[in-house]
Order: sequence, then C-alpha cells, then structure tokens
Amino acid sequence: MEEMVTYVPNLVGAGLIVIGAGIGLGKIGGAAMEGIARQPEATGKIQTAMIIIAALLEGLAFGALFLGK
Amino acid sequence: MKISFYSIKFFGLLFSFLLTLNGFANEGSDNASQGDERINTENEIKEYIQHHIKDAHDFHLVSYTNDAGERVHVGFPLPVILYGRDGITTFMSSEFHHDTEGKVVVEKNGSRFVNYHSKIYELENGASEVAFDADKHPVNASRPLDLSISKSVFGILVIGLLMLWWFSSLARQYKKRSIPKGFGRVLEPLVIYVRDEIAKPNIGEKKYRKFTGYLMTVFFFIWFLNILGLTPLGFNVTGQIAVTAALAIFTLIIYTVSGNRDYWIHMIWMPGVPILIRPVLALIELLGAFVIKPFSLLVRLFANISAGHIIVMSLVAIMITLKSEMTVFGSTTLSFVLALFITVIELLVAFLQAYIFTMLSALFIGMAVAEHDHEHDSDGTHELSDAEDVRADFI
Repeated sequence: MEEMVTYVPNLVGAGLIVIGAGIGLGKIGGAAMEGIARQPEATGKIQTAMIIIAALLEGLAFGALFLGK
Repeated sequence: MKISFYSIKFFGLLFSFLLTLNGFANEGSDNASQGDERINTENEIKEYIQHHIKDAHDFHLVSYTNDAGERVHVGFPLPVILYGRDGITTFMSSEFHHDTEGKVVVEKNGSRFVNYHSKIYELENGASEVAFDADKHPVNASRPLDLSISKSVFGILVIGLLMLWWFSSLARQYKKRSIPKGFGRVLEPLVIYVRDEIAKPNIGEKKYRKFTGYLMTVFFFIWFLNILGLTPLGFNVTGQIAVTAALAIFTLIIYTVSGNRDYWIHMIWMPGVPILIRPVLALIELLGAFVIKPFSLLVRLFANISAGHIIVMSLVAIMITLKSEMTVFGSTTLSFVLALFITVIELLVAFLQAYIFTMLSALFIGMAVAEHDHEHDSDGTHELSDAEDVRADFI
C-alpha cells in the first residue's frame, strides 16, 4: 500500500499529460478537417503541416511522460 | 499497364507477408512466454516484457522444456567485447549459459565477469556475486566499457548490409535500364518520395542535393529497423535510447555545421527585436537548437517504438492473464484480435516515425541553411518586415 501511494502523483501527472495531448491533437485534427473541407485541393499541404505539428506535440507529451516516469 | 499490375501484386504480396509475420510474432512470443518456466503471474509477464525491451548479449528466440525435462534455448550466442581494468577481453556470450541473474561467473585473463539483467559487471577480487547498495550502484564490481556485438548491434549490422546490397544494386541498374527490376522497383518510388516530398520542400531547391543522402539513409534505416522490430525475431533496435540518441546527434551535427551566417545571427543576436530581449531570446534559441530539438527527436522515436512493443506484448499476455475468467478459447481469441489490430497500426507507426524523423531533420537543416533575400537593419526602418521574416522562419 505504501508503495502504491508514492506512485499516485506520477499516475495523476501521466493522466494530465494524456488529457492535454488529447485536447491538442483534437484541435489540430479538427482544424485540419475544417481546412480540408473548405479547400479540398490543399489536402496534401494541410496533412503535412498537421502531421508535423502533431509530431511536435507528441514529442512533448512523450518527453513529459519519460521525464515523469 | 503491365508494370502497375506487377507492382500492385508485389505490394499485396509484401503486405500479406508482413501480416503473416505479425501473426507469427504473436505466436512466437506466446510460445516463449509459456515455455519460460510457465509464466503465469503478472510480475513474471512484466519481467518478460522488460527483458524484451532491453538489449541482450545473445540472440534468443524461444525456450522450452523438452520431454527429458531439460531447458532448450533456440538462438545463437553473440561475441562479447569488453574494455575493463585489464584491457580488452573477448568471449562468446554462450559462456554465461543464458544467465542474466549474475549467477554464472566467467573468468578470462584474470578478470571475472557476471551478466546481471543484461548488463555485464567486472567483479573485484574475492567477490563471487555482484551486490548493490540502496541506490542500485554495485559495491563490489565495476562496469567495463561494453563494446559487444549485442542483439541491437547485430540488427543494425544486418539492416546495414541489406541496405548496402539493395541500394547499390538499385543504383547499378540505372546504367543499364531506366526502370529498375526486382526489389529496386519497390524502393525507387520511396527514394523519389523522400527527395521530392521531404528534402526539396523543406531545404529548398538550391541546397537539397547535399543533404538528400543523409535524409534517405536515416529514413530507410529507421523504417527497416522499425519493421524488423515487428517481426518475431524479437529485435527492439529503434526502441533503444542509445540508437535514437546517436541518430539525433547526427542531425544536430549536420545542422550545426552547415548553419550559415544568418542562422547564427538569428540565434545569438536576433535582429528586429528590442535590445533588452535579445539575450533572453539568444538563451532560448541556443537551448532550443542544442538541447530541445535533438531531445524531442530522440525521445519521440524511442518512446513510440518502445510503447508499441509494450502494448503488443501486453495484449499477447492477455491470453495468459484472462485464461481463468474467459476460458482458453475466449482469451486467446481476444488477445489475437487485439494484437493483430495493434500490429497493423504499428506497421503504420513504423513508417510514420521514420517519415517524421526525416521530415523534422530536413526542417531543422532547412532552417539552418535558409537564404535571406535582404539585408537586416536594426535601425527601425525594417523592423516590421524583419519581425515577419523571423516569424516566417519559425513557421
């Protein structure tokens, strides 16, 4: 039980990171969808930019998880 | 028409081949986990997964107990090369007899070595077993410099030789014909994709040629190693932080060395902003260029691949942990369906991570070599355009 309690802050932090990253990815994906719907001819460019930003966000989230482990 | 038919067929074959491999991967690790002294508790499964994530000194496929009650290990040993207190020592890892608990002591040239959790320790005189203090530092042993051909190094060598063979044969074919034959036909569109979609738009028409070689090498290296990690051979090369760190350091060196005057001016003494802010910006820029950029590159690849491997193996372990609740048939079906689903996603992730690593490397190199069309003035007349320029650099 003692051991479990010391893990709690880490687990809560991991949850918060995932929530934050989820919100961010959702906003990126939503904006990209909207952009593609408005301008289907720019799909390729929008996708590339979306993937880059998603990768940067993912890197941040993984970095936080990795440091907080 | 004929060509397209052939390529569709080939990709179909390749895809189904990869899928079968993944099916086998699940099977293989299941056999291994059941064979290893009847793994059935959560702790043992955890240990098994952690053992897989780590590098190893021998190539080990499965273990099982035969009818005579002996443990049989399928695999082969790899050379161990150590640089310890008495210079270089080499021996085959079979001398440890598959021991990773530090029990078997190997004596060579007067030094004694044990393998504890896939790390090799050199015992001091009189010690027979490695002991640790509270901070997990060894008290009666030291760690020699380990230059072994470990499992990851072996994987890197295999993929390196395969790449040398595939790409040199692809390059040689262009002397004879305009369309390559065989496996080169699969590689050619990818080579062109990396050149036209990653290198050219991010680095610029004028300078991309110099960096395309590095970008292609890094792309195919990461992609092939990621796919190798999904086969039942049990490699986890791109999930080793040392490997991804080395790749990130290559990118760091390339964009630091090839950075032009504008790049360094923008980093150290940013034009177009108030003078008091410049040192602060310089600090942020330097930190970003030398720590954050390579760190984000290496952690992204490492964490993605490790997480993928842990998820696949955890889903395989479902068939053991839920056996009592769901019967053998139910738990096996559940774990097979979930593991198949995740491995197909992992195939996508394998490509995506290679693409993103290459893409961001190209982006960082492009930032370092970008040309500016006009001179920068700090007397205020061009401040607006400068600020826009700077912003454009970041986007």
